[in-house]
Amino acid sequence: MTSATTESVAPPAPASLRRRNRGDPLYRGVVTALALALPLLLLVLVAELAVNARPAMRRFGWGFLTSSTWDPVAEVYGAAPMIFGTLVSSLLALVIAVPLALGVAIFLTEFAPRWTRKPVAFLVELLAAVPSVVYGLWGIFVLIPFLRTYAVPPLKAALGWTPLFQGVFYGNSMLAGGIILAIMIVPYIAAVSREVILAVPASQREAALGLGATRWEAVWSAVLPYGRPGIIGAVMLGLGRALGETMAVTMVIGNRHDIGLSVLQPGYTMAAAIANEFSEATTDLYLSALFEVGLILFVITVAVNALARLLVWRVARGAAIGSKAL
Amino acid sequence: MAPVDATLLLATDRLTALFHRHAAVKEVSLLFPSNTVTAIIGPSGCGKSTLLRCLNRMHELSDGAWVTGKVLLEGVDIYGGEVDAVQVRRRVGMVFQRPTPFPTMSIFDNVAAGLRVDGRLPTSQVATAVERALQQAALWDEVKDRLHTSAVALSGGQQQRLCIARAVAPQPDVLLLDEPTASLDPAGTQRIEELCHELKRRYTIVIVTHNMQQAARVSDYTAFLYLGQLIEAGRTRDLFTKPRLEQTEAYLTGRFG
Repeated sequence: MTSATTESVAPPAPASLRRRNRGDPLYRGVVTALALALPLLLLVLVAELAVNARPAMRRFGWGFLTSSTWDPVAEVYGAAPMIFGTLVSSLLALVIAVPLALGVAIFLTEFAPRWTRKPVAFLVELLAAVPSVVYGLWGIFVLIPFLRTYAVPPLKAALGWTPLFQGVFYGNSMLAGGIILAIMIVPYIAAVSREVILAVPASQREAALGLGATRWEAVWSAVLPYGRPGIIGAVMLGLGRALGETMAVTMVIGNRHDIGLSVLQPGYTMAAAIANEFSEATTDLYLSALFEVGLILFVITVAVNALARLLVWRVARGAAIGSKAL
Repeated sequence: MAPVDATLLLATDRLTALFHRHAAVKEVSLLFPSNTVTAIIGPSGCGKSTLLRCLNRMHELSDGAWVTGKVLLEGVDIYGGEVDAVQVRRRVGMVFQRPTPFPTMSIFDNVAAGLRVDGRLPTSQVATAVERALQQAALWDEVKDRLHTSAVALSGGQQQRLCIARAVAPQPDVLLLDEPTASLDPAGTQRIEELCHELKRRYTIVIVTHNMQQAARVSDYTAFLYLGQLIEAGRTRDLFTKPRLEQTEAYLTGRFG
């Protein structure tokens, strides 16, 4: 019964010790609600997509993912060309953008004259501020004519024997889409990689230089391996952006439901299809098919991001132990 | 300045090292006799690390850094117009204050790193050279069974000996040690100090230390630097027992610095 005695003995808290500030619990309530609202919104979004995609899913089953027919008149839908086009255009963009962006990042951190570093980095990052539709316009009026006149003929001459460069080049194509995407994601990959390389301890660079490495050998053997997790993260960030990009791609990719190995042929992406066909989707099944495309795009994007996290996490373990020991 | 002996491996001649317009090392002329350990001592900020970094042209990597005067390696000024800093660093190896193993490489690859940038050594001989370097750094017995595991799993002292192995693997002429025991425990420190005695049979060693007992223990010659100026240099035994200058004695007895 000690608690009872304590209770009776303890005097009531004087006013000076009582909580006077009601703001704190209120503030806490507000931020908690906000923090919960966002994940909730995501769940609602997925649920909404899934519910609306139900009719198409029930009608076409898994065949939706593998079929190439997209015929609104006959009400037959298959998303394979768009899934293919989304993945291929994004991968093409990565192939072009990663060396370019890494080159920019390495140059700006290791080799550029000091006074040029900040301004050039700023200009590169400014590329990310250009509206997507402007890239699309530029693609139509500058990039495609350039490709048609100067780039594709020699490419065909050199690599025309491979399946990748066959067929007639009309302009709107996977190649144009991939290049536009590459230009759009370069600033993201370059900016993050630059930060990563700047964060590599100077001691690593000096250790390599002290061994008689040249500047380039030091970057290649010490700096880049140390920053590898971060650089992979930067690439994945770029890939995530490329997968979802809509406007610029739809303006130059050709918008044809077709699977072709040649990058000179037109293609289609999921994001472009949704944007283009939403207003024409007059029947319920058509609309439902577009919702399912949206759901697939969502799942692929989430999967890529999850994979990126996993990759970064796995690669980072070695370096993380290292940085702790250093 | 006495005339420089051409057979002498390493010497500085009125070497001044600057950051922008501030001189961190002023007109230092020093001789580093072959196969000896020379300690550079002095209070923090006296320019001893900067002096060391001038000896393999690492100093110039810092922002706004430049030098006047000469550093002579076998009589050749390494700051001469025709000399490539990269080649200098292959002959004058360096170990830093904190262990700097490459975290993404195995123990083996860390030691082989200097051999691979060199590129002259055939791959078949790399394994032999790695073993020899690890033997010289007194690390072989501890790591021979796990050469292909990550270098960062080693203790701090082992990592520092790994860095010494990495530095000696390309068989440089000179080994520069920049406070190599600053981040180590007493046991690790002792191993490195013992190693200095072993290594000087093959290499000419210059060690920077803020620990005077360490300088007394490991070195044959000692140079005392203060505010960028060489105050006194000579045989370690002489310098510690009967310093010529009041200032040196004051520092050695702990009255300043």
